[in-house]
Amino acid sequence: MRTLIHLHINGEQHELAVQPHHTLLEVLREDLGLTGTKHGCELGECGACTVLIDGQPILSCLTLPLEVQSAEITTIEGLEQHGVLHPLQETFAELGAAQCGYCTPGMLLSGAALLKEHPQPTPGQTKEALAGNLCRCTGYTKIYEAVEAAAQRIMEKQSGLNSSVKESVYE
Amino acid sequence: MSKAGQRKRSYTVVGQPLPKIDAYGKVTGRALYADDIMLPRMLCATLLRSPHPHARILSIDTSRAEELPGVLAVITGADLPRKFGILPSSQDEYALAIDKVRYVGDPVAAVAALDPETLDEALKCIQVEYEVLPALLSIDEALAHPEVKINDEARIGNIHKAVAYEFGDMEAGFAQADYVREDWFYYEGNNHAPLEEHACVASWEPHPSDPVGGKLTLWSSTQTPHYVHRELSKVLDLPRSHVRVIAPDVGGGFGGKSDPFSHEICAAELSRRTGRPVKVSCTREEVFLLHRGRHPVKMWIKTGVKKDGRLTAMYFRSFLDGGAYGSYGIATTYYTGALQTVTYHLPCYKFEGMRLFTNKPPCGPKRGHGTTQPRFAIEVHLDKLAHDLAIDPLELRKRNLIEPYSYAVNGLRITSCALGECLDQVTERPGWNEFHVTRAQQQTKLAQNGHEVATSSVKHGLGLAASSYICGAGKPIYWNDLPHSAVQIRLDRGGGVTVYCGSTDIGQGSTSMLAYIAAEELGITPERIHVETADTTLTPVDLGSYSSRVTFMAGNAALAAARKLREQLIEAAAAHLHVPEEQLVLENNILYAEADPGISLTFTQAVEQAEARFGALVAAGSYKPPEGIHGDYKGAGVGPSPAYSYSTCVARVAVDTETGELVVEKLWLAHDIGQAINPLLVAGQVEGGAYMGYGEAVMEQQIFRKGRHKIPSLLDYKLATTLDTPEIETILVSHPDLEGPFGGKEAGQGPLNPVIPAIANAVYDAIGVRIDATPITSDKILRALKNLEQGKSDTPTVSATDFAGAWPTRLIKWQLSPQQENVSQDGAVSSLKEGVH
Repeated sequence: MRTLIHLHINGEQHELAVQPHHTLLEVLREDLGLTGTKHGCELGECGACTVLIDGQPILSCLTLPLEVQSAEITTIEGLEQHGVLHPLQETFAELGAAQCGYCTPGMLLSGAALLKEHPQPTPGQTKEALAGNLCRCTGYTKIYEAVEAAAQRIMEKQSGLNSSVKESVYE
Repeated sequence: MSKAGQRKRSYTVVGQPLPKIDAYGKVTGRALYADDIMLPRMLCATLLRSPHPHARILSIDTSRAEELPGVLAVITGADLPRKFGILPSSQDEYALAIDKVRYVGDPVAAVAALDPETLDEALKCIQVEYEVLPALLSIDEALAHPEVKINDEARIGNIHKAVAYEFGDMEAGFAQADYVREDWFYYEGNNHAPLEEHACVASWEPHPSDPVGGKLTLWSSTQTPHYVHRELSKVLDLPRSHVRVIAPDVGGGFGGKSDPFSHEICAAELSRRTGRPVKVSCTREEVFLLHRGRHPVKMWIKTGVKKDGRLTAMYFRSFLDGGAYGSYGIATTYYTGALQTVTYHLPCYKFEGMRLFTNKPPCGPKRGHGTTQPRFAIEVHLDKLAHDLAIDPLELRKRNLIEPYSYAVNGLRITSCALGECLDQVTERPGWNEFHVTRAQQQTKLAQNGHEVATSSVKHGLGLAASSYICGAGKPIYWNDLPHSAVQIRLDRGGGVTVYCGSTDIGQGSTSMLAYIAAEELGITPERIHVETADTTLTPVDLGSYSSRVTFMAGNAALAAARKLREQLIEAAAAHLHVPEEQLVLENNILYAEADPGISLTFTQAVEQAEARFGALVAAGSYKPPEGIHGDYKGAGVGPSPAYSYSTCVARVAVDTETGELVVEKLWLAHDIGQAINPLLVAGQVEGGAYMGYGEAVMEQQIFRKGRHKIPSLLDYKLATTLDTPEIETILVSHPDLEGPFGGKEAGQGPLNPVIPAIANAVYDAIGVRIDATPITSDKILRALKNLEQGKSDTPTVSATDFAGAWPTRLIKWQLSPQQENVSQDGAVSSLKEGVH
């Protein structure tokens, strides 16, 4: 028996009928075609399915869509806005922080939440914030470098050094 | 002067830290992995797997499952009765088990249905009647019970493969030794755990007028589309012309996606039966069960040395726990013995190896394939020898370095080798000498003070290890004289460039590598290059992303193809501009006269001129490793490579002697890369290898209870998180290889190997106990410390495997020709170097 639900995802309203036991991960990928959200365990172990719910990184494989109808959901497809990449997306690409790319969407969303809370995170804060996102390729080194570089870009932007990027990206 | 115009002195693309050409797809969620593919009318499918480690199948009843509404097809072993396997010499798998299951997880039936809920229900409805058989779960059990025959491929008992070689005069070698030491080691098996679980989509398109009946396309998360193509064709009894295998973006492999798999064959068969696309998405538990991970290996090593530390002889034995099927295991067995000779100069060497079948998930290749385990043993063993002889472990290694441009004692051709420089650089950064001098001074001071100063229970240590790895297997998996890699490049009149290659990007950046090499040779920037890869119908062959072969082989093929097009562009431009070919320069998207840069064509104009002159601009290049890079004995085909990379590692650890807690504080890695095509990506490979080696050294462990994998999940099977992983510092040592593309060598696998023994040696350096079995965990450390305290410091970590009697295979004796020996003695300035092109 399907249930009618409303989800607010990446600034768009969706009305859809879902199996109530299906997870947010399944609904995003299979009902809405938002396949940028990945899965590596379906049990809340790997972090690949991380999305933002009202700005907080949440594992979509452990979340039921029914519970988050009133929330603003951001997936990797929504991190880029109006064709402008989030600084983390730029630095992950430029600095080799995405190898196979499979952990990358989850890692970026956890990273985006970190930079919102701590615009200039200490190495310890970065490690803590990304501890739930496994990566098997990079040894995390290039990911730390990318987070640091993105923080730097955000700071430069806020001090007006780089006015070409839209304000909304950092919100 | 070259037909291809002026050569620049410096590179414009090669050596630059550029973003990968597919990086933006990966950071925006646009990258498409196998499980992201959704086709109209697509069905989902899954495999029913054995709950027993060893059992006879008495009957399978699928009738209730077939009757379930929403189930479209159910198949069993009888429907796919052709055997397959990655190696022609071990064709021992059925897509679905026939007669017997050999491990918990062995597939016995497959179902296609409309939705996952129906699939779950259908699996419960399949009745399989088993007669449970005794299960053998370790190397020693498999040896002790030859009467329990697991796999008919085993010739004697459960011995799948035994090999024995003797190179040079062993008797003389040990006779020359001033000191001989022997040790046992055990290396734990582990899973690749790529973050993407295996998945595939198969789509059968019926063509009733075709006698074959239709064509099959399979999208799969595989590292080896070429081999999957061959095996699918065989098992499904379809001509290869009617099968197309495509690897989309692959979410990590590390060797775990190198075999043809049951789920791929079943998806294809279910699609053929239903006429609809079928997807199989493996769960994480299934990834642990289909496995093909690192072989657990028990090793015995005996080495003779002179007083000054020079090696005189080495005798090495390996016992591999292969699991239930062959997979790459025969190659793995050879690899546990083949590369001992290419790092240090060995005057003589004996190797005996055997692989045993056990009732566990089949083992296969994991990053460092078969060389990681012996490298752990050798490097710890050498460290022990150094301490026995009171020689600095660094110095002992430096006294035994293999000569560049020489032949190893087992006939392997060595070309470029920067191992000495890697050892120097990797020990200089962490202050190897200063650390030990300072610590000795502190200890003296403490002794003088009569231990009045309280000492911490946390002890620090530095450990060193070195290793080597192949830049591509010198021989293909199935015997043939064809190229190992081919690349086709097409220039279009709009100035676009398309590179086609069968190579598979599993995250290492091979697709970008092709673009960089083509761009460098064609004098353009990589943005205008489009790369099509890993499609057995559209792209020329590449054998696959295994054996660290892609940069060397596909890179050389790309270079050859690009060179042909460059020559055409120069020739056409010379005629058009009335400038001699040798005076033209092609770089940064401009073709110009060196004397007068105003006389020029844009790259697009140059393409137009060339197309007008020659017709469509398409060129192909291919690569095959050279002849004469190995000995002429049976089995010499595993180990040879067109080049070897060298890696060294220093680990700094802190060990708490009260709790046994081991913290790896930092890893320094020096890697002999030849020439980094992109240093950013090379560093990424080194860091990833170091991380993976760290996990294997201290935490990753396979535990089976009554034949069942006890921890097939990412929570219980420990993988290093950000909070565990040590700081990693990479040092790239660049001495271009004469045969590598622009001098490049591999980086994907080699850097993992020295990490594990470096950590083990650092633990000894810190607390004076040896842990000779991985993973090095707190309980093992505490036990060893207790033994030390009780004066039982010589208690072995690993029990000896008692293999009485002759090795169960004929011993092959072989030695280098006097001419090859002389090359070894001549060293770097040899005829061999001149012979390298």
